Amino acid sequence: MNLAELHRKLIAAGRLQKPDDRVPYAFEKRIMALIAERKTVDKWVFWTRGLWRAAASCVAVAVVCGAVSLFAPAATDNSNDLSQDFENTLLASVDQGDSTP
Amino acid sequence: MEERSEAELIAAVLAGDASSFEPLVQKYSPRVFATARRYARRESEIEDIVQEVWLKAFDKLKSFRNEAPFEHWLMRMAVRTCYDFLRGHQRNRESSFSEISEPEDDWLERFVADPGSAPEDADAAKMLIDRVMEKLSPDARMVIQLLEIEDRSVKEIADITGWSVPLVKVRAFRARGEMRKILARMTKEKYL
Repeated sequence: MNLAELHRKLIAAGRLQKPDDRVPYAFEKRIMALIAERKTVDKWVFWTRGLWRAAASCVAVAVVCGAVSLFAPAATDNSNDLSQDFENTLLASVDQGDSTP
Repeated sequence: MEERSEAELIAAVLAGDASSFEPLVQKYSPRVFATARRYARRESEIEDIVQEVWLKAFDKLKSFRNEAPFEHWLMRMAVRTCYDFLRGHQRNRESSFSEISEPEDDWLERFVADPGSAPEDADAAKMLIDRVMEKLSPDARMVIQLLEIEDRSVKEIADITGWSVPLVKVRAFRARGEMRKILARMTKEKYL
């Protein structure tokens, strides 16, 4: 079979076909309604997006902190306790005052 | 009321008056529908494509420079949206040719008997080309449609699709090969 001729004939048939340009009734109204709908939603998008991002990062930080406190080995050595050191330093003068006769 | 020019309508939309977009939708929808109907069959899919084209056009109107007519800019967007649609809907490509209708079958038989006796303007030939086009890959279909059926130049196709000129040429070469293979498969399934 002559495939080149078949190709040519089918392409010629395709060229003769004029596509239908009918537009459904009130199509432009539908588009305008969609645009209007999107515009009202858009006003809130900035805030909702920001709030959702903030909420997501807060949750992530909370999860990381929770995981660290849950899985990190508990400090057994009191000398490594930063809060205790801080308290001792802060109250050193008071302690000294109490111990002097 | 005096009719506003396209440039005035576009300027009004960009200034925040969305309702000025409606006359543009009204004026150019027939062309966008005609383009979408070249790539999709179902009316619901065609409407989805056209809707997407208009929403994209509205969103990207800021990027429209008055250097070329609005219609060209819009049609470029329409063709690109159709290409995205083809890439997302490749379901019919693998089916066989066993389901071709009787008129198509008759047309093919007449062609085999005497190529000159099978008329190009027959409905069966149009149905066959639609069937063959549906089996092409999105790239090949796009190139065959624009280059061979719509008779556009390589440069025009490059401009419409955003592909480079050499890429269009390569894809055209591959598309013709792909089409030849499909035609060979169709005739083989039928006559062997």
